[in-house]
Amino acid sequence: MTPVLQAEGLVKSWDGNRAVDGVSLALAPGEMLALIGPNGAGKSTCFNMLNGQLRPDAGIIRLGGRDITRRPPRAIWRLGVGRTFQVTATFGSMTVLDNVRMALLSHARRLLGLWRPARHQLTGEAEALLARVGMQAQAGRPCGILAYGDLKRLELAMALANQPRLLLMDEPTAGMAPAERGALMAQTAGIARAAGIAVLFTEHDMDVVFAHADRVLVLDRGRLIAEGAPEAVRVDPLVRQVYLGGMTG
Amino acid sequence: METLAVQALTGLASASSLFLVASGLTVIFGVSRIVNFAHGSFYMLGAFLAWTLVSHAPLAEWGGWGFWGGILLAALAVGLLGAAAEMVILRRIYRAPELFQLLATFALVLVVQDLVLLLWGADDKFGPRAPLLRGATEIFGLRFPRYDLFLIAVGPVVLGLLWLLFHRTRFGILLRAATQDREMVAALGVDQQLLFTGVFCLGSALAGLGGALQLPREAVTIHMDMAIIVQAFVVVVVGGLGSLPGAFLAALLISELHAFGILVLPRITLVLAFLVMAIVLVLRPYGLLGRKPEGPPPATEAAAPLPGPAPRWLQGAGMAALAALLLLPPFLGEYPLILLADFAALVLFAASLHLIMGPGGMASFGHAAYFGAGAYAAALLARHLGAPMEVGLVAAPFFAGLVGFLFGWFCVRLSGVYSAMLTLAFAQIAWSVAFQWVEVTGGDNGILGVWPSEWARGRLAFWYLSLALCGLGVWMLRRAIHAPFGMALRAQRDSPLRAEAIGIDAFRIRWLAFALAAAMAGVAGALFAYGKGSVFPSSLDIPRSVDALLMVLLGGVHSLSGPILGAVAYAGLQEQLSRLTDLWRLLLGLVILALVLFFPGGLARAFYRRRGA
Repeated sequence: MTPVLQAEGLVKSWDGNRAVDGVSLALAPGEMLALIGPNGAGKSTCFNMLNGQLRPDAGIIRLGGRDITRRPPRAIWRLGVGRTFQVTATFGSMTVLDNVRMALLSHARRLLGLWRPARHQLTGEAEALLARVGMQAQAGRPCGILAYGDLKRLELAMALANQPRLLLMDEPTAGMAPAERGALMAQTAGIARAAGIAVLFTEHDMDVVFAHADRVLVLDRGRLIAEGAPEAVRVDPLVRQVYLGGMTG
Repeated sequence: METLAVQALTGLASASSLFLVASGLTVIFGVSRIVNFAHGSFYMLGAFLAWTLVSHAPLAEWGGWGFWGGILLAALAVGLLGAAAEMVILRRIYRAPELFQLLATFALVLVVQDLVLLLWGADDKFGPRAPLLRGATEIFGLRFPRYDLFLIAVGPVVLGLLWLLFHRTRFGILLRAATQDREMVAALGVDQQLLFTGVFCLGSALAGLGGALQLPREAVTIHMDMAIIVQAFVVVVVGGLGSLPGAFLAALLISELHAFGILVLPRITLVLAFLVMAIVLVLRPYGLLGRKPEGPPPATEAAAPLPGPAPRWLQGAGMAALAALLLLPPFLGEYPLILLADFAALVLFAASLHLIMGPGGMASFGHAAYFGAGAYAAALLARHLGAPMEVGLVAAPFFAGLVGFLFGWFCVRLSGVYSAMLTLAFAQIAWSVAFQWVEVTGGDNGILGVWPSEWARGRLAFWYLSLALCGLGVWMLRRAIHAPFGMALRAQRDSPLRAEAIGIDAFRIRWLAFALAAAMAGVAGALFAYGKGSVFPSSLDIPRSVDALLMVLLGGVHSLSGPILGAVAYAGLQEQLSRLTDLWRLLLGLVILALVLFFPGGLARAFYRRRGA
């Protein structure tokens, strides 16, 4: 089966330092893959190359077999990749509903519409997306006043607007209270599994990783040092040494 | 060959003068992030103060000491004035959006213009020759003014002194630190207020010195401020905002280009500097020696939510106003009808700029280019092809839109001050073309005889035509703002990162918005031209661009009602004041200052607040 996402030999240097040094990975359809590693391991750099925000110095990235290596993020989105950010990025001057509607309008390629008011378009679809993440009650609120967890859910709804086959989630539970993290990730996993969407996420919270990932990649100093099922990674001596050393496995 | 050498020296002398002014501007910007329009006013004040000091007793009787003492005293006095302006006005609005600071400094320009006129009168002033530096020296067999030789030395000396100040004194090191990271310096417990006042004092003194040193070289006039501020902007932007060596380099480049441009291409001297600026900014978006500002750009007023349908009372008020505009004019005299038609054009002009500044989150210092493009499209068609008004009105938005499309491609790639400066550069290019391409545009004499068609020639008919077209234009802009296009425009303003991540091509959206706004400004410009029966280069000069900026900012950028209110308030105020008193600039400036200080959200917002809506 063709992997949803495949990267080969990704390299990125900053001033001669190889932040990412020959990383290769593949994601099967519907798979939940966690990318973990200590601070400075190159997770974010790696992630930002996959989503098009950074250009790799070397290596190839394929989406469903198609080369997307030097494509900008917006082009990658059009190919069916949804994204959420470590620090949520939403449209602060719009309501929750309008945020989702914006993503739907873009997906429907109606952005150049100059006449028909946006508020009369795709409302039903936007409400349906909000219902999927449990946010329908907040549709009319300005998103500037949302609680952080709700902003994360809003981002998820926007990421789902283009019926993605892949979700890229950078630290999906960062900045949330521990109790809320599990709930959000469980919800995300449920939605992704129901729709057969593959998910690649970076994460600091090991409980979240081991509870939801099908497979785990461990990055250290720009290189992949381990890969496998959560249980296998958890007991990998090398991983314990560089990463889990200070933690109770 | 000799001529070239002397020309190069002349260029060097001009470069020194220009650098003095630009260095002050760039130092102020570096620390306070304020684009100080009033900097040219301080330059002018320096020149006038120096003139007064050195040509009157007691200094006039002290010979050489008196002269040089007078120059330095003038610079010092201007420095103190700058510090005072910072303490009384600017200090109160550091937290206000960037553009409000601009508005305040522009109000200062107006105030100083009239004060200078009041204190010194309108006639040009000629200073004495500089003692010890009278006459000329022979260089390559050609006579070269000694004073210019002195000026050539002044630039590098001042650069050196500034370098010492910035690297060898505690004050200078704090200034450099504040230029890099204002918050951090504040967190370290440095008194910010003192630092800012100090930097304004220093920067203004440099401007004053630049002005004072012009005294032996050229006449002191009441138009010096605008002439120099535009050049100084160009130098500062080309050099890189906040970079002193950059400003020096840019001053050299611009001055030498000008010195040789006059020999080779006398016809395009005015365009040359702006062309260079445009090219530099396209190749090096942050100037020759400038660096990309770190971190995200300062937040615009992104958090202001999109106003929903207008509240009922506003709808009611709008309807009542429209009814009045339709029903009352038959009972009005000729003059009020002329005014009303002007107001209509200005409302559309301001509304078109609002699209760029409000939902677009961009700033334009050169929106008059498109107003003027529309006006000239109509006038040129009338003059060269004898085209009637109907053709002109149709052609205007297309021509202005095309110009906007072309200029916009360059301007919308950058953001913030840099983008705004590029819009200024392109507007000046357009102005220079209108001014210098005499065969086609009539140059300074403009184009006369641009009259409406027979049926619209009556003032009443022309008013209804203006109301219809401007109403249509504003309505179309409103539709666009609430349509997916306008939402996408807001989206890229609110969060460029998220917009990109959901497939929005921010560049394309901004570009199209720019062109659309230009087209609408073109309609306004054409109407204005037909209303006046003529077109002059002043229809696309900087004051006209600033008018638009003021109208939008006064009204508030949050909703379309802002620029409409702002246009009427600003144009009405200007009109009323100019009838009441000769000192209307002074009053207008004071009113703007008061508005900025007390209603930093704009008129529309203050209005809404009052209504509790």
